[in-house]
Amino acid sequence: MTDTQDKALTAEIELLTFQVGKQEYAIDIMSVREIRGWSKATPLPHAPAFVRGVINLRGTVLTIVDLAERLGMGRTEASERNVIIVVHTGKETVGLLVDAVSDILAINKSDLQTPPEMSADNNQTFVSALMIADERMIRILALAAALPAESMEVA
Amino acid sequence: MMDDDDPMIEIRASFFVECEELLEALQDGLQIMDDGQSDDETINVVFRAVHSIKGGAGAFGLEALVRFAHQFESVLDGVRSGNITVDRSAISVFFQSGDILADLVRAARDDTPQDETSTQAVLASLETILGHSAADEPEEVIDDFQPMSLVLDLGLDDAGPVDADPADVTVTPVFEDGYTIHFVPDSSLYVSGNEPLHLLRLLREMGDIQVMCDTSSIPTLADIDEEKSYLSWTIHLTTDEEEDAVREVFDFVADLCSLTITSPQAGSDDTPPPTPERPPLDDTSPTEPPLSTVDNQTTTGATAAETASEQLTVTPVATLPSAPANQDPPTPTKPATAKPRPTVRVDLERIDRLVNLVGELVINQAMISQSVAEADLLANTAVAEGLDEFMQLTRDIQDSVMMIRAQPVKSLFQRMSRIIRESSSMIGKTVRLKTIGDETEVDKTVIERLADPLTHMIRNAVDHGVETPADRLAAGKSEEGIVTLSAGHRSGRVIIEVSDDGAGINRPRVLQIALEKGLVQEGAQLSDAEIDNLLFMPGFSTASEVSDLSGRGVGMDVVKSAILALGGRVTIQSEPGSGTTFTISLPLTLAVLDGMVIDVAQQTLVVPLNTITETLTLTENDIRALGPETSVIKVRNTFVPLLDLGAELGYRTPMDSYIGAIVLLIAQEDGTHAALVVDAIQDQRQVVIKGLQDTFGSVPGVAAATILGDGKIALILDPVDVIAHADGRTRCARANLQLAG
Repeated sequence: MTDTQDKALTAEIELLTFQVGKQEYAIDIMSVREIRGWSKATPLPHAPAFVRGVINLRGTVLTIVDLAERLGMGRTEASERNVIIVVHTGKETVGLLVDAVSDILAINKSDLQTPPEMSADNNQTFVSALMIADERMIRILALAAALPAESMEVA
Repeated sequence: MMDDDDPMIEIRASFFVECEELLEALQDGLQIMDDGQSDDETINVVFRAVHSIKGGAGAFGLEALVRFAHQFESVLDGVRSGNITVDRSAISVFFQSGDILADLVRAARDDTPQDETSTQAVLASLETILGHSAADEPEEVIDDFQPMSLVLDLGLDDAGPVDADPADVTVTPVFEDGYTIHFVPDSSLYVSGNEPLHLLRLLREMGDIQVMCDTSSIPTLADIDEEKSYLSWTIHLTTDEEEDAVREVFDFVADLCSLTITSPQAGSDDTPPPTPERPPLDDTSPTEPPLSTVDNQTTTGATAAETASEQLTVTPVATLPSAPANQDPPTPTKPATAKPRPTVRVDLERIDRLVNLVGELVINQAMISQSVAEADLLANTAVAEGLDEFMQLTRDIQDSVMMIRAQPVKSLFQRMSRIIRESSSMIGKTVRLKTIGDETEVDKTVIERLADPLTHMIRNAVDHGVETPADRLAAGKSEEGIVTLSAGHRSGRVIIEVSDDGAGINRPRVLQIALEKGLVQEGAQLSDAEIDNLLFMPGFSTASEVSDLSGRGVGMDVVKSAILALGGRVTIQSEPGSGTTFTISLPLTLAVLDGMVIDVAQQTLVVPLNTITETLTLTENDIRALGPETSVIKVRNTFVPLLDLGAELGYRTPMDSYIGAIVLLIAQEDGTHAALVVDAIQDQRQVVIKGLQDTFGSVPGVAAATILGDGKIALILDPVDVIAHADGRTRCARANLQLAG
């Protein structure tokens, strides 16, 4: 469950939007701990391709998930322009490797639309809702589903 | 916090912590009695422990506890006064009573119900013992608790409240036993940085202490030479320690003071105090005034003591660290009931935070070192020197912090002695626990997590290891089996051994069971060591009838995995007819590790040093092809599988040639080896362990991570796990080259 859903219909939520490949995604700003630049990750042996490895976040070991790879858009060629969004869910703290952070939007819960079911796309399970901002479609990321712990259990 | 409102909660909590310490002392005492080495003092200690628990319990209205402790105390008092003779059965009742007492304390603490029937049963046994003896009425007053009587000889006829100049006051104690120590520091003692307060504190740790400071030699302010020594002390110490131990306190200052120690026997005589061991005057300060005065002091003190014993007036005592010659109205001093051990109780969470912070500090220091090295500064610059000191300090801090977490294994071993008692009586064997090295200190977390596996091993030793009394007698052994639990430090690791003097592992039966359960192939030739290790196989249980005690199907495999989880190893040695020994080897701490920093495929990794037996550089002659894709190397006269670490971790494909490659020879649990190819060896150093589990779950072949001097994360390998997962390809290029990062 994402935090967006937990808050039910209580008025406004704030979303952090960001670019993954050519697509625009958003997550509840309350789950964001910090945003930092890319630094080279230490790869983990036998890890799924979307786990880029681990970095040192002020003394703790932070797992980095390549969100583009995770969402089936291919591996991100990470450079200094890339950004790591450090997110925290109930269980874990993970860094999401994305292309760029765009904006912070304050929206109403009622603006969120349920995504239509189309089983062909494998990244569909990672989108919990859709919304429109300035004529662009923004996908609300189902954070828990995208994180490695979840996927490791399935694997 | 709401608890802050009620100070009683805190006091209550500290009472229970004290109880744990008292219970430990009680166990110790009983153990000594059981070993037949008890003297009066042992019984006193046991008595005092029970008495103190009773006293505290009374204050908190813990009735059940008071009632039981009272009964126990009565019996012990009988033992003290010699009305009850202690035999084997009595000791065993005492042990049970100790267990019940511990249960009652815990029940009271956690507010859980206590099993009434067992309490009643033990109470009844105590009653029986008490009934056996024609018990005189128990002495209410305990000698040890009697307040010391002291006399303040004012040199005046007026016995009223003192308002004389402190310099005129001579505080003279009347002592019945204990040591009397006259301690007159020379000025050189202070010059060399010693501090009498520390010595006095050491003495205080040895027992009841009363300290009188003689300030009479202090001249008027105008005449004071701040470099000179004017103070001297008369100390009365009631302790169980030998005189040598008392003397040892002054070991480092023996040449810097004049010291007279009067032992208990001499002190009760009317003999004048012995002359100081050495002339009180130091060569360097021949005209120092206080010393001669002090000599007078001690003499007058002794004569005053004689007269004082007739007067027996209770007068104030200048106790540590209050000012000399207390001017308050007289108050009787009450010596503490137990030896005071100055300790601070700290939340474990706070210590863990400190440990983490120190870990950060170590990493930070490594980073600074690296940047300084990169800056190409000269070795004798201030920065480099400061950094050296910083490194030294960091290491000291780290060691000290680790020491805070370290605890003696004693409490753990005592729990085991109870398990032995309960489990052996349950199956009708007589088994005795012998403990060795229970003062060995181990990380607290390790101790906590060792309790379950150790309990299991002890039960196994009682159940499967030690034979029935009849079998033992038939084998020419004493009826009583012995399980030995020992702890010690060996080459940077903690070694804990559980051994029994039983029949040893019945290897034919173990093999037969393993065959029945399909754990080994029919006709397989197994060495003795391999058969012994079958015990660690999941689902192995040798007891032909499943007893209450052990053999619930969860067996030694659980023990083994629990110990592996602590970074430890467990091995078995067994000698038919004379017993089995399980050896657990554990790292000293879970926070740092000695590792070899290596490079493989542009990645930096850390291999725990204790897994590496040697490092080699391969020559053409060493490498032999085994299968189409695998190779072995010849190490002396054995063949060892060659594994490319980079390939096994998926960092690269196998190389074309391994001639000239560096390999680490890794020892596995079963004594076999494997060789891991690495690109380069950088360094050997201590690294701070950072868990991966929190973020990612376990990664095959990787034990943890650490942070290097450049701030990058390096993975700490579990080489044994790498080898277990290895496919061994060293010759054929693999199809999928995928290099992460």
